[in-house]
Amino acid sequence: MRQLGSFPGGLILDGQKNRSTQLAIRQAPLSKTLILPLQQHIGEASIPTVVIGERVLKGQMIARASGHVSVNLHAPSSGYITAINNQNIPHPSELSALSISIETDGKDQWAPLIKTENYRTLSAHDLRQHIRYAGIVGLGGAGFPSFIKLNPGIHHFVDTLILNGVECEPYITCDDMIMRERAEGILDGIAIMRHAIKAKSCIIAIEDNKPEAITAMQSALAKHSDHINTEIVIVPTRYPAGSEKQLIQVITKLQVPINKLPIDIGIVMHNVGTAYAIGRAINHGEPLISRIVTITGENIHKAGNLEVLLGSPIRDLLNFCEATTQDPNQLLLGGPMMGYHLTSSDLPITKTSNCILAGVEKAVKEPTPMPCIRCGECAVACPVSLLPQQIYWHARAKELDKTREYNLFDCIECGCCSYVCPSEIPLVQYFRFAKTEIMNQEDEKKKSNVARVRHENRQTRQETEKREKDLRQQRRKAALASENNDKETS
Amino acid sequence: MGLFKLTPPFLSGTNRVTDHMVQLSLALFPAIIALVYYFGPGVLINIILATGVALASEALMLNLRQRPIKPYLSDGSALVTALLIAVSLPPLSPWWLTTVGTLFAIIFAKHLYGGLGYNPFNPAMVAYVLLLISFPVEMTSWLPITSLAESQVTFSSALQIIFTEQLPQQLSYDAISAATPLDMMKTQIGLLQTPSEIMENPVFSRFSGEGWQWVNFWFAIGGIFLIYRKIISWHIPVAVIVSLATIAFITWLISPETTASPLFHLFSGATMIGAFFIATDPVSGATTIKGRLIFGAGIGLLTYVIRVWGGYPDGIAFAVILMNMLVPLIDYYTQPRVYGANK
Repeated sequence: MRQLGSFPGGLILDGQKNRSTQLAIRQAPLSKTLILPLQQHIGEASIPTVVIGERVLKGQMIARASGHVSVNLHAPSSGYITAINNQNIPHPSELSALSISIETDGKDQWAPLIKTENYRTLSAHDLRQHIRYAGIVGLGGAGFPSFIKLNPGIHHFVDTLILNGVECEPYITCDDMIMRERAEGILDGIAIMRHAIKAKSCIIAIEDNKPEAITAMQSALAKHSDHINTEIVIVPTRYPAGSEKQLIQVITKLQVPINKLPIDIGIVMHNVGTAYAIGRAINHGEPLISRIVTITGENIHKAGNLEVLLGSPIRDLLNFCEATTQDPNQLLLGGPMMGYHLTSSDLPITKTSNCILAGVEKAVKEPTPMPCIRCGECAVACPVSLLPQQIYWHARAKELDKTREYNLFDCIECGCCSYVCPSEIPLVQYFRFAKTEIMNQEDEKKKSNVARVRHENRQTRQETEKREKDLRQQRRKAALASENNDKETS
Repeated sequence: MGLFKLTPPFLSGTNRVTDHMVQLSLALFPAIIALVYYFGPGVLINIILATGVALASEALMLNLRQRPIKPYLSDGSALVTALLIAVSLPPLSPWWLTTVGTLFAIIFAKHLYGGLGYNPFNPAMVAYVLLLISFPVEMTSWLPITSLAESQVTFSSALQIIFTEQLPQQLSYDAISAATPLDMMKTQIGLLQTPSEIMENPVFSRFSGEGWQWVNFWFAIGGIFLIYRKIISWHIPVAVIVSLATIAFITWLISPETTASPLFHLFSGATMIGAFFIATDPVSGATTIKGRLIFGAGIGLLTYVIRVWGGYPDGIAFAVILMNMLVPLIDYYTQPRVYGANK
């Protein structure tokens, strides 16, 4: 048995997972309109490759990757492109962004798919390209293009590939259900990933509140003897054990050094849902056009997990699950600890939408924050060992330098501090604000530096020009003078 | 968008400031009963008076500072300050002593610094020190324990003494005034008596002053209840007690003829209320784990220094205030190592 480590603080939360694990994964109905934002991942937005009015087939590329940190985007169903314009997108800061709208034709007709018969015949580089072109990003929530994390570089040796099936946020069960129902598909993806990064060993981490998923993964693993050095590690349920850095600490007792990546200590971590998507992409040629979304909460009559085409409006999913209200004030995207409010139920599902939460039991209602009494509960709960009470003090006073001295930028915004605060202070909000302020200041500094350099360049340029002009004038004068001299002498 | 734009997390624990304060007050009750048992009902009158003055002045200050009165008044912090002042003063203190102390704590030590959460010094101890320096006679005339007193102080005579400063006819001055064991220990050692000779006086018992040791005991029990309920952490009380006991033990080993035993120090004066209820005030105390240990150890050490080598019989209040001054420094230099930082 592996000796597990642990992280400081954290919370034991009421998981509320049973709400959405009673029904098997269902196929969501095909929506009339699909809205696909061009940026559903971290990095550069994709560039449209279709025009308005064009007919597209299911799985056909509709936007291509732009730059390195970017992936392709595909039509989730067959139909016609009706618009390429700004649409509201699900985002914490309520943005709108360039999106492609598809009017589905109901035929759900596939484009020809290119399968790979044996992924082992492909080089690591080719595998990564396939994964990139299939539009696969981390499905756990962050949406970082997966092919980059599958490229350890020539200087790194991957000791362990960790599959994250922890899913520590309350209410969310999409990873749980995909492990229960598609364990073999996940193993297919794992095999491909290991081929790409040559990981020595592999660990599938699952929280101990998911016994069905553990059993399913174990029996799938028992059937496939080709998965060598692969182990299922049962992690004690404690929020935020599913956070990348904290999970590494639990499994390996190691910490990722500040400003370094897991790969620097020989670890690569991917979400189980991502592994499944990679398996589909390589072995079946299917690009990422759908994902599992948990629809749950107080206001959902038939809570459960749906296989949802990207771009489907949230309203259709709520109707399908017999929601008792469409009130956007009751809607969260993500879990109750790190999710955010949705402004409308018309917003589309994107690659990173893991859960629609309608109605949280015992939710915070209009908090009336009291002053901080420095009780230190937040510091006890912080999984990163920060002193939230001190950062809060300085953030309130806008002493931003001080917040950095108290390591503001190591905050993972898990919300444990706000949860335990007896004064109900929205600490995470203060920290986000302070981070943005600092980043804005640095931007300003950069901009003013650029402006200063430009100004200086302009000055030197003008001076040179003036000098050259003077020089030219002098020469001309000299030439004239000598001409006159010549005339006089001749 | 709703009227209130909520931000994550949308879940919250059940821990509330008011609970902290209520449980703190509850934990004081065993010791208050012991105080009544050993020193008569005067402390109850102090509590009622101090509470009334504290709540009234808190409401006044909140009003002047244009803060919502109801949530802040019901947070219980003024109540806790009042209770701590009331149990620290001699049980038959004149009414104006309690009133001046409480007013000073709430108005000056708390609200003029910004109210709850912003006071750098423990309000109750600021008040105590003010009174001790300004009215040393009133502050040091403690009562003999009831079993040694010639006659008993009843509730009505306590009322009369506190509000009129006149002795009822049946009471002599000796019945309501005696040196505390800490005081006696200090003066008698000054007169070259050994602690063991001093301890033969009937005001002393096995560990410390009769009565005092039990009051201290019940403060400690209340404090352990608070640790058990996670209202306070163990770090500060343990650090105070260990550091006080350690230095008392060392000096006692070196010179048992001129210093009292560690147990005497632990169970005398304000040691236990100081360790569990006063030093643990979160607002004015250190907030990191290491910082709390240093903060508590400093209080234990300074208390001993003031008791034995300083000019006052007890030193908790001074020690707490002195250590309060160091809190920003302690907190800054005792930050825990964050995830991924160099070891």
